[in-house]
Amino acid sequence: MVQPTSKSSDSSQGPATADTQATTPGSVSRRGALKTLVLGASSLAATGTLPGLGGYVQAQSAAPIRIGFQVHRTGIGAAYGRWYDRTSRAAVAKINAEGGINGRPVELIAEDDGTDPKRGAEVVEKFVNRHHCDVGFGTLFSHVVIGSSPRAGELKLPYFVVSEGHHVASGKLNRYTLQPGITDVRSQVQAMAPFVSSTLGKKVTMLYSDFAFGHDHRDFFTDAIAAQGGEVIATIPIPPTETAFTKYFPKIPRSTEVIYHVLVGPAVLTFVKEMGEFFGPSSPAIFGFIDSLEAVDIASPGLEFLEGSHFWEGHPRYAQADQSEYDKAYRKAVGVDENGASVSDSRDVSTYAHMFGCWETLHVIKAGMQACDYQGPADRAKLVEAVESIDKMPHSMEHPQGAKIFNGKTHQVFGHQYISKVEQSRLNLVHTTSIEDTFYPDEVDYTTRTL
Amino acid sequence: MSSTDWRPLALHLSVIGVLIACWFLLPAYHSGNLARILVLAAYASGFNLVFGYTGLLSLGHALFFAAGLYGLGLSMHHAEVAALPAWGIGVAAAALVAATTGALALRTTGVAFMIVTLMFAQAGFLTVLYFGQWTRGDEGFVITPAARTAFGFDLADERVRYFAALALFAFTLLLVGWIVRTGFGRSLVAIRENEQRALMLGYNVQRIKWIAVIISGAVSGAAGASYALLFGYAGASFASVQYSILPLLWTLLGGAGTTLGPFVGTLVMFYLIDYASELTDAYLLLVGISLIIATLFLPHGIVGTARKRLMRWLP
Repeated sequence: MVQPTSKSSDSSQGPATADTQATTPGSVSRRGALKTLVLGASSLAATGTLPGLGGYVQAQSAAPIRIGFQVHRTGIGAAYGRWYDRTSRAAVAKINAEGGINGRPVELIAEDDGTDPKRGAEVVEKFVNRHHCDVGFGTLFSHVVIGSSPRAGELKLPYFVVSEGHHVASGKLNRYTLQPGITDVRSQVQAMAPFVSSTLGKKVTMLYSDFAFGHDHRDFFTDAIAAQGGEVIATIPIPPTETAFTKYFPKIPRSTEVIYHVLVGPAVLTFVKEMGEFFGPSSPAIFGFIDSLEAVDIASPGLEFLEGSHFWEGHPRYAQADQSEYDKAYRKAVGVDENGASVSDSRDVSTYAHMFGCWETLHVIKAGMQACDYQGPADRAKLVEAVESIDKMPHSMEHPQGAKIFNGKTHQVFGHQYISKVEQSRLNLVHTTSIEDTFYPDEVDYTTRTL
Repeated sequence: MSSTDWRPLALHLSVIGVLIACWFLLPAYHSGNLARILVLAAYASGFNLVFGYTGLLSLGHALFFAAGLYGLGLSMHHAEVAALPAWGIGVAAAALVAATTGALALRTTGVAFMIVTLMFAQAGFLTVLYFGQWTRGDEGFVITPAARTAFGFDLADERVRYFAALALFAFTLLLVGWIVRTGFGRSLVAIRENEQRALMLGYNVQRIKWIAVIISGAVSGAAGASYALLFGYAGASFASVQYSILPLLWTLLGGAGTTLGPFVGTLVMFYLIDYASELTDAYLLLVGISLIIATLFLPHGIVGTARKRLMRWLP
């Protein structure tokens, strides 16, 4: 089996037809790389005398596994995309340092989708027909996933999304679309209800972004809190483009015990500031999803009002006292300090609650490819079946966020959820849900659909 | 009939012939791109009828594109209407929306017309979000592959998709090519060149402009319905202001008031973005600079400049 070192060096020296990366163990000097290149070229020339055989053997043994990385570099998802990019590169570096996949190096082929569903679908086509990728990976925003997934299904490209949307498990998509690295919004919201009703209060008013993601929160949490004996007494949708929020606060009923907020966009800081000015010291309990403040420093001026409030976190941003060895190593690998910011710039706060999904998904791809002895695009269907057969994912370096259970029928993973409290401008973990708290009845069985 | 009248039709048929050959000659990646470009070029052609030939700068054509998209998408998704009737619903919905909004917007002129059409489109976008229970708002919804068939053909098949897109584009190209050579088409140009003179000569300017808006809206809606049908997705982003600006850019780049300009502009812009994004993350900057250069050196667009300097008979 040819080791990936020389091949990856070639990749790093080659023309930048796309944003590519093949990270491998050790460093290779320019002279060494050239020598390897010459030797490699000589070998190829020699095998070229055996048409149809030599090249095939070479491709099968050492050609990189090409992972198409659909990244939000521009558009509304750019802040997430930046950290998804860094995390994915760190994961690929680790996988290559450990020998790659089936003895082959892994190469990321990154393409910006502009956080746009039309461009997303075009990028999926590009992965298949131009870059000849083995799989597609990494999409976050739901509308891009839903816009791209039909093309992935038609082109039979295994498409691993890191979106946390409920679209995969709802059965809307297709057999080639999987979400094995991050839990979905339905399970997240459902798992919050017991804590909210038992610790914070039973009468909840929801303020949410008036688009599909917010509607999912509204619908799933309304049912979940009712199951706990509580109720949502008011729902207040806020347009995503809103910049002034004072007019919404008088709509909050006086009997409200808990304000549940999930907003996305640059105006979130204004929202929190104006909420603080409206309520003063006599506020109801506040519970929010960290989506509202991903990539935002909790210690930012104006956020003092959040002191004492609670947040859902997919993965605790701040290193906790009982931090696992896996989280510690993962944090180091992706370049994040103990406060959840970049080690090179403390003002560059990560999207820590979500980006672990890229790391874990890439390791699931690796596990799936190893299980089915993946050799090339002809084995894509086998890869989908191999991933569908994955069940338990133990807490490990491959899964630093925590243990998980993958449901092969719904193509959705389930895992622990975290609730943190803001104390002295820092998020401290106060509750961890069980995996079972996140379960709900299957809505689809993708394994019955044709591959 | 003058001796040169055959050339525009011959050119259009030649372009269609080349596009047929492209399916057999181009690699899968480029033929796939071309299918998408052809649908979007049909949209730009519809826009061009109002902007390039009539001189009305609409900033709200996304409303018509989205009306077609959702007319088809919602009827297939919720009422399980078959693909072809759903496509007809999409086109009819777009024509109806164009007739209604056009009747109101055409009471204004110039900058006011731009603003009113922009506001109508924004209202349409917000309507899609407001009825999120049905439209799934910004997230959109998938149109199931099983339903995407017509005349026994699977529209999700690459070959069928390409030729369906080509059929739409060819029909649009020939329709616009025919319209602009009719008396009606010439009256559109007359309005564009000097509306007051056209009015003084006895043309019912308002009625002519209204009919142009309806045809343009129907063609844009046909493109929207086709996009949803061929690519299996309907979402609110297609109703956003971005999709009102894009046909303007495609038409300006290719050549406003030329039948082939919208196609050339869409083609060039698509590949400009596609290749520039491979070179740098700041590809939109490159695209912007390229457009500025094109504006400076090709003020009439690519086809428009060719007509001005090389072949004055170009349609």
